[in-house]
Amino acid sequence: MSAHTKGSGGDGMKWVGRSIRRVEDPALLRGRGRFTGDLPATHWVRFVRSPNAAGKIKSISAPDGAVVITAADIKGVKKITPMLHKFEYRPVGQPILADGEVRFVGEAVVAVVAATEEEAEDIADLVEIDIEDAEALVDSRVAIAAGARQIHAEAPGNVILKGEVKSPGFDAVWASAAKIVKIDARSNRQNATPMEPRAAHAAYDAASGRVTLHCTTQMPHLMRTAIADCLGMPESDLRVIAPDVGGGFGQKMSLCTEYVLVTWLARHLKSSVGWTEDRRENLIASFHSRDQYVTLEGAFDKDAKLLALRADVLSNVGAYSCFPTTSGVEPLMAMAEMPGPYDFQHYQCLARGALTNTCTMAAYRGVSRPVITFTLERLMDKAAKAFAIDPVDIRRKNLITTFPYKSAMGLEYDEASYRETMEMAVEAINLPAFRARQQLARERGEYLGIGFATFSERTGYGSPAFAARGMAITPGWETVHVTVDPSGYVEARIGSSPHGQGLRTTLAQIIADEIGVPPDMIKIVHGDTETAPYGWGTFASRSLVISGGATLIASRKIRAKLLKIAEHMLEAAETDIVLADGKAKVAGTDREVSIAAMAREAYTQTHRFKGEIEPGLSESGTYDPPGTFSNACHVAIVRLDPETGHVKLERYLVAEDAGRIINPMIADGQVHGGVVQGIGNALLEEIIYDESGAILTANLADYMPPTAHEVPPIELHHMETPSTQSVTKAKGLGEGGTIGPPAAIVNAINDAMAPFDVEIDTIPATPQRIRALLRNAERAP
Amino acid sequence: MKPAPFVRHVPRTLDEALKILTDVAGEDGRVLAGGQSLVPIMAFRLAKPAHLVDINEVEGLDKIADDGKTLTIGARVRHAAFHQPVTANPLGALLSYVARHIAHYPIRMRGTFCGSLAHADPSSEWCLTSATLGAVMVAKSVKGTRDIKAAEFFDGIMSTNLKEDELLAEMRLPLLPADAKFGFYEFSRRAGDFAMAASLVTYRLDGGKIVDARVGLGGAEASPRRIPEAEAELNGKAPSDAAFRAAGEAASAAIEPLEDHQTDAAYRRDLVKVVVRRALEHSLT
Repeated sequence: MSAHTKGSGGDGMKWVGRSIRRVEDPALLRGRGRFTGDLPATHWVRFVRSPNAAGKIKSISAPDGAVVITAADIKGVKKITPMLHKFEYRPVGQPILADGEVRFVGEAVVAVVAATEEEAEDIADLVEIDIEDAEALVDSRVAIAAGARQIHAEAPGNVILKGEVKSPGFDAVWASAAKIVKIDARSNRQNATPMEPRAAHAAYDAASGRVTLHCTTQMPHLMRTAIADCLGMPESDLRVIAPDVGGGFGQKMSLCTEYVLVTWLARHLKSSVGWTEDRRENLIASFHSRDQYVTLEGAFDKDAKLLALRADVLSNVGAYSCFPTTSGVEPLMAMAEMPGPYDFQHYQCLARGALTNTCTMAAYRGVSRPVITFTLERLMDKAAKAFAIDPVDIRRKNLITTFPYKSAMGLEYDEASYRETMEMAVEAINLPAFRARQQLARERGEYLGIGFATFSERTGYGSPAFAARGMAITPGWETVHVTVDPSGYVEARIGSSPHGQGLRTTLAQIIADEIGVPPDMIKIVHGDTETAPYGWGTFASRSLVISGGATLIASRKIRAKLLKIAEHMLEAAETDIVLADGKAKVAGTDREVSIAAMAREAYTQTHRFKGEIEPGLSESGTYDPPGTFSNACHVAIVRLDPETGHVKLERYLVAEDAGRIINPMIADGQVHGGVVQGIGNALLEEIIYDESGAILTANLADYMPPTAHEVPPIELHHMETPSTQSVTKAKGLGEGGTIGPPAAIVNAINDAMAPFDVEIDTIPATPQRIRALLRNAERAP
Repeated sequence: MKPAPFVRHVPRTLDEALKILTDVAGEDGRVLAGGQSLVPIMAFRLAKPAHLVDINEVEGLDKIADDGKTLTIGARVRHAAFHQPVTANPLGALLSYVARHIAHYPIRMRGTFCGSLAHADPSSEWCLTSATLGAVMVAKSVKGTRDIKAAEFFDGIMSTNLKEDELLAEMRLPLLPADAKFGFYEFSRRAGDFAMAASLVTYRLDGGKIVDARVGLGGAEASPRRIPEAEAELNGKAPSDAAFRAAGEAASAAIEPLEDHQTDAAYRRDLVKVVVRRALEHSLT
């Protein structure tokens, strides 16, 4: 269900705002998608991975005649060494194959090459790696404790970065507080679990000496830059193609060592080489996320108004630093955005990244914000309890209501609807009726709970925002080339790299409105460094805002040129010409010319323009915006079985504001998918290491994404506050759905457990954890 | 996730199947029925059998027979065969209710009853059913036929007393008394996951008092079994919340709990207490 209430429509637009069907779907639904793993290859790779979390490699043995590659064979290949120029960052390098030492279970040590995947796996089974076991440091608190074994020589104390902020006058405000409320939150480790695991296919062309790498990635251009750097080859000798990509969620925006090695092998063997990881490899050796301890304290005045926040964020970044974001991606995101949607001006934060003998941390949909929103929203509920007021009321007192607003971190929040979306959600869920039902249920020994999460989400931010992190690779802008070809059809080449977001549909809607041709005459070309302009790909809720903005800018140039051509061909003043329905018309007359005819003229009859109009009909737009804040209120209603600790989600509601909505159906789909992943974060999904650093959850029976049974109907309500920081007025919404559920659901669980006077501040809130609290609680069954 | 090399044998008759099993017994030969457990563990290379004896083409192994005393279930009867009751005896309704808790629909279309028993996962619903109801497993080899009682069949986690050259050709379940009551409850985190604890109970009422109570427990210990301490709390008593709770408590105290990353011993005992009581409560509905 969608309710569009604020500022939608009314401006004469035709395609934007409509739920047209996704042009991406027919091929995918009919099995005609083309994925990396579908490509035939002459050679296949199987990686032999470290069974140990830490230790020196003493020897490697392989069966006679097997083609095996080890670190000794690739001496000239550079390590992946991401760089930050701030926050006491210690650059650490990751060898493409473990070189003398292993640092996590699953680290690639040997690459076996054979004619088929099956044969490669058979040979890999016979490879033996002898490792002199060293103590595994798994937990971040243990890794940074005094005297802990150092994982990288470059990072003393295993701290890879440290960010600190403290607003002027903080101490005095803190001392003035009527109440300090504190939470020690724990977020356990998760895996993004894309349906398609990682895969790469590199083919060497003997004629040109070039390599074409197909890989499942969110950023093909940066993969080319990074891999060419590692291999010391000209970028122009490498073509990177992201064909259909079966989900990325951030896991596929980081460079993985395997892609470098597959490219190296294609050059080395002068042949084609394929690799598709299996689910176990994806679970143990791709990238993990969300492994954080967050201690958060809020200082409130006597009226429950928040005055200041003090945070300590410790992020377990694993064994290496991810490229391009670096392992600052989680702790620095947490530091910057912890203040959330609340009005206060004093903030202190210490954010650190701890190196451990675990799989490397990288971005996962929401990046830290599911964790910080969980922490902050739990804090607000604890504060409500401390002041004996309703959780909704404490938010009413504290949400930002005037814009633009400058946060304690100095971020500028554009116009949003924090308060309005919450009120919309409160009304839709019918809070008084729920409280009555909850009371009756308790009398029957049934435990229902309701939880709210309100949050802001910075989306669509360009290079200035990324530059604040001091990254050696500072992403941000996007370029789009729009061309009307001589047949009047339109092609837009984009640097973004959509992989399920429906961008081919939504960008076509934007172009259609601007130049007056229907979306089915518009093709969006992406994912190939040979045909798409350099761009940063698709991540960070950015593509519709930034690539969409660049598309609009380029389309406006096309529009301006079409009007000039029409003026010339119709011999009318530009101001009298209307572009619509594939035609230019002179208002109030029957004189018209089709866009196809104008396009043909632009290429083939340019002599008629007498030098006043440049030949061709192709324009470029680049956009690098400051960023815009989306917002939402999520509400969960749960039924808790106190005897087993089981939590059943009865209802889930989202009131979302992502500015102008280009395609409501696609927007709803983004929120639905995000909420489902958020439910996994809240209740089910957890990567568990034992003390030796071995993973106990290396398959999808032990690592538990939600299934259809665990997901209730998700009820959506939209508000539209058009963004002033985005040329399309749209805000990003790719990640928002994922951010709210841990907070809303765990708040609801705590509401359900209120009669027992115990609280859970750990995600996922598993039945075992809930039961452990209730077992020792008075009055609990 | 590619299995290690193996030879697949496809016998057409039982004699042929038993002959091949004997031939390959020394080389880790395994029977392939539905493959819903064996194939995944082969893909993970946790099992690397050199030979698979595929019984899917063997005639006569897909029969279910009710002779008025016993229900006989052939080696290739799929879980889905029990979606509807296979007999008017209360056992039919019991098996039908239990079957719905086995994994997911596509798995039930392929996986087999006897395959579950031979695989002997501690949380298997059919292993629990067999242990609770006193099934007899019929093991065949070229040497002859051996009947094995359920209590002697299961031998720890994923281990049975079947010999390498034996095929679990069929299993026999005694029909229930016409007035038998049954109840079943299992707990898992997601629908279709392995049970973290499950209980199947049967009993009769004689003058309002419970007689012949059987309380089976699965998923909690290395092998499913009846829990006599819980049965003792029920026999001779009228069904009541107090009696059911006492049975749950007794079972919880009696077990040697399995432990894993999502279930420590204390939590397993909590779950056992609940599933036994809820199975008993289910028997009244």
